[in-house]
Amino acid sequence: MFYRESGQFKTSYPADQAIFPIAQDRWGIIAVLVVAYGVVPFLIDDYWSNAVFLPFLCYAMAALGLNILVGYCGQISLGTGGFMAVGAYATYKIMTTFPNADFILVVLAAGLITAAVGVLFGLPSLRIKGFYLAVATLAAQFFLVWMFNKFGWFYNYNATGQITAPPASVFGILVTGAHTHPAVTYLFCLSFVALFALLAKNLVRNRAGRSWMAIRDMDIAAEIIGVRPLTTKLSAFAVSSFYVGMAGSLYFAVWLGSAEPTEAFGIDQSFLVLFMIIIGGLGSILGSFLGAAFMVLMPILLKNVMVGSLGMAAVTAKHVEILLMGVLIIFFLIVEPHGLARIWQHLKEKLRLWPFPY
Amino acid sequence: MKMRNITTGLAGAVLTMTVFASRAAAYELVLPSFDYRTGPYAPSGIPYANGFADVLTLFNERDGGIGGVPITLVPCETAYNTKQGVECYESVKNTPPSKALVFNPLSTGITYQLIPKATVDGFTVHSMGYGRTSAVDGKIFPWIFNFPATYWDGAAVFVQYIGEQEGGMDNLKGKKIALVYHNSAYGKEPIRTLEILAERYGFQLQLLPVDHPGQEQKATWLQVRRERPDWVLMWGWGVMNQVALKEAASIRFPMDHFIGVWWSGNDSDVVPAGMDADGYLAGAINAPGGDFPLHDDIRKYVYEAGKGSGEAEAIGEVNYNRGLLSGVFAAEAIRNAMEIHGTKEVTPEMVRDGYESIDISAEEWVEMGLPDFAVPVKITCEDHGGPRKVALQQWDAKEQKWNLVSKFYDTIADVVDPLIEEDAMAYAKENNITPRTCN
Repeated sequence: MFYRESGQFKTSYPADQAIFPIAQDRWGIIAVLVVAYGVVPFLIDDYWSNAVFLPFLCYAMAALGLNILVGYCGQISLGTGGFMAVGAYATYKIMTTFPNADFILVVLAAGLITAAVGVLFGLPSLRIKGFYLAVATLAAQFFLVWMFNKFGWFYNYNATGQITAPPASVFGILVTGAHTHPAVTYLFCLSFVALFALLAKNLVRNRAGRSWMAIRDMDIAAEIIGVRPLTTKLSAFAVSSFYVGMAGSLYFAVWLGSAEPTEAFGIDQSFLVLFMIIIGGLGSILGSFLGAAFMVLMPILLKNVMVGSLGMAAVTAKHVEILLMGVLIIFFLIVEPHGLARIWQHLKEKLRLWPFPY
Repeated sequence: MKMRNITTGLAGAVLTMTVFASRAAAYELVLPSFDYRTGPYAPSGIPYANGFADVLTLFNERDGGIGGVPITLVPCETAYNTKQGVECYESVKNTPPSKALVFNPLSTGITYQLIPKATVDGFTVHSMGYGRTSAVDGKIFPWIFNFPATYWDGAAVFVQYIGEQEGGMDNLKGKKIALVYHNSAYGKEPIRTLEILAERYGFQLQLLPVDHPGQEQKATWLQVRRERPDWVLMWGWGVMNQVALKEAASIRFPMDHFIGVWWSGNDSDVVPAGMDADGYLAGAINAPGGDFPLHDDIRKYVYEAGKGSGEAEAIGEVNYNRGLLSGVFAAEAIRNAMEIHGTKEVTPEMVRDGYESIDISAEEWVEMGLPDFAVPVKITCEDHGGPRKVALQQWDAKEQKWNLVSKFYDTIADVVDPLIEEDAMAYAKENNITPRTCN
């Protein structure tokens, strides 16, 4: 009923190949954007910004990046935390070296630097595959975090090895530091994520994305039909790391404000983002968002329900939360091994035929 | 139909509850407690959280709160994780009616996160014996307190103690001192001070980082065994402490040459190593043991009434006493705030003033039921660091108790103070802060 497409005719190829060929989807996404841009900024406070929206947006960005590499190109990576660290430290070094640089440029530059590092660590993917590649990227994770701990130059030789984002602005409006308005930081991250999600969606639909998927599905066959593994794999690493680097930049400078390498960019960070895309859906842009929402917002929701509404003790709630998260992950993966995005897809198929399924 | 009944019932219940809640809206003092009873840091976090909760429950039960106003404790589980700490801060800071009067993050990482945020939002942070050392400078960090001692003072005191044991500071020349530290902002805090002290006294400093969560230290202690340092200092936390003690025992490192910072000296840290931990030293900013009159009150008013947050046997553990101490300071600050501003309905701003007028003499410690529990503390507008004195305690594995084995040493002011000045100024410059004037 809701997805009845009768009467929607495509009269041109562009209309047929649109990102959202169904009108209802189009309106849905427009409604989401209108709410995100037009309603949320007026209601947002520090809690919603710092505890809910910023973590969600930063992780969504990281999940997008990792999904390009793992979901679309089939190269398993456990180095996300390390690449986020590259983005964060690049941001820090640029911000402290050029204090007046516009922060949009800083984030983009941090992404580019991470892309270069990503290509470097993507080189082994030309020779090794699957779990062996995962181990190679794991080495990247440990090496990068070790490096940021070891060499004082990266943290400007300060006493604690912590990096702290100095105040920076975009068009004269502060986006980092403690004096920011919650709506500003939210809108800044939202714009980055929305823009680059759109870019990613288009990227995976064009030649680059098709060759990534060809490599993912069967690399030998892809090579035979003329897809060059070298450029394809490395471009996937570059684009993925670009996204992850920007995610690390926003994560460190806009959301956290300060970070220490071992805690903020540790191996659990890599796993967290990997779980996001597995639960959300490998090879799906929507899945990156759903996965990030599930892994970031679900614990907060559970906590607020248990402590806030049910009045449980904080520690009991924490234990139950850890337990419930595990149960929910297993539940969703049993119900739909292809992730939340696939559940949505099934639901949509059903809704299109409803109430006369066959 | 049944479903609808339940829903109506629930809605009714919620409605009545809100009505009651609004009717009973007397003023309360909101004190958040950043706990970690889960994760690898729980062995250190649980006794602290219990001590903090118990002493505040005691004030409620025995004295009806502070100045007659009851205290509401708002626990939030951080798991010693910075991100969860930020979430906790945002969720509890505006808790009505008084808002969060003071934050005790019990994590150097979370403290670093909160310093800029709390300063802008106008909330007091008391990072008692942890956090950013240069917060001693009240002119640049008006909202942050870190008395009674900082890590840099700790490092200076340990070097003095070592010098004394070696028969004079001159004998430190050529000695090897290793620092086993948690590889985080917390563990790295003392490094700069130790480096300068190493230069001044001519000892050799070896840095041995241990990564989160600290369970894997085989390589670290193998290195200790190979390099044979004369003394080992440790900045550890959580399970890292227990593991370090066991590893040190397994390479037969002499325990009386192994000094942990005051966060590496809880009972739960040494008990797992058994008799091997005998003689292990740790810094102390409060006395160990559960025989103070205030402890008896806690047993009587809190535990006998079934309101204790832990086991009665754990009363008097080192970290328990430390949680208790931070509760005592918070109560003292609130009492001061009520006096200064002449109101029972104190706000976070007033409590900050209360902290700045904390002045507890030895006699007042006795009056509080804590004779010789800690050194006299006096905080002013410029000085948020207080006495900055540290003693050493030693573990007696036979008796299963800690004993203070030294006097309270003063810090080495001519080394630490310029460092604090430099660091505070660097912070002020980075963040465009003009030091406020104190009169």
